[in-house]
Amino acid sequence: MTGAPRDPGLQPERTRLAWRRTTLSCTVVALLGVRQALQGGAGAAGAVAVALSLLAWLGFLRTAHRRMASMEAAEPGPLGPRRALTVAVCTVALAVFAAAMLY
Amino acid sequence: MRLWFAPEGIREEGDTPDYRFSLANERTFLAWIRTALALIGGGFAVDQFLPRLTSAVRSGLALALLVAGVLCALRAVNHWVRCERAMRRGEDLPVSRFPVLLSLAVGVVALAMVVVVLFGWEGR
Repeated sequence: MTGAPRDPGLQPERTRLAWRRTTLSCTVVALLGVRQALQGGAGAAGAVAVALSLLAWLGFLRTAHRRMASMEAAEPGPLGPRRALTVAVCTVALAVFAAAMLY
Repeated sequence: MRLWFAPEGIREEGDTPDYRFSLANERTFLAWIRTALALIGGGFAVDQFLPRLTSAVRSGLALALLVAGVLCALRAVNHWVRCERAMRRGEDLPVSRFPVLLSLAVGVVALAMVVVVLFGWEGR
């Protein structure tokens, strides 16, 4: 990092902030899921769905955190396909557990 | 589609593009993921904040939003992989009909909500 020229367009920083925004959106969705469970007085199935949603949220946060850490470099490498897939799978999981909670 | 099951394959194709272009592609991917998350949040919101709708209508709208969210997330990865591969091979970026379809779908859901909120207040 030291000595390497800074990107004049601040691309790594913008990308890091994009990850931050995305984790915030994910957190809002997870909170809505918790609210759904509290409001609906969910039974055992609902509790499982909430727990799995929180797990998906944690997976999302972990991936984002690691990717944001790699943004410290002056010229970060490309996003790994595995991380992209993990993020998408966590998002899909949130939707599936949301559907499970609503019905 | 092959890249879905062997994602590492993408690293072997062509040349590594300028990191700035990769990062721009990554930001676009994240923007699509945010769109997916917003749609999923919208599904929850329909259920939680429109309690006076009949349950069938509410379920239908919520489910439509959730399905749109899932499609959006899957499409985000697919489009990201295709863009990344095109950049590595030096080809044109892929074009897609998905944004149009998504906006039409969201428009239809929004219209349905307006109709339902205006005329469908009676009981659950």
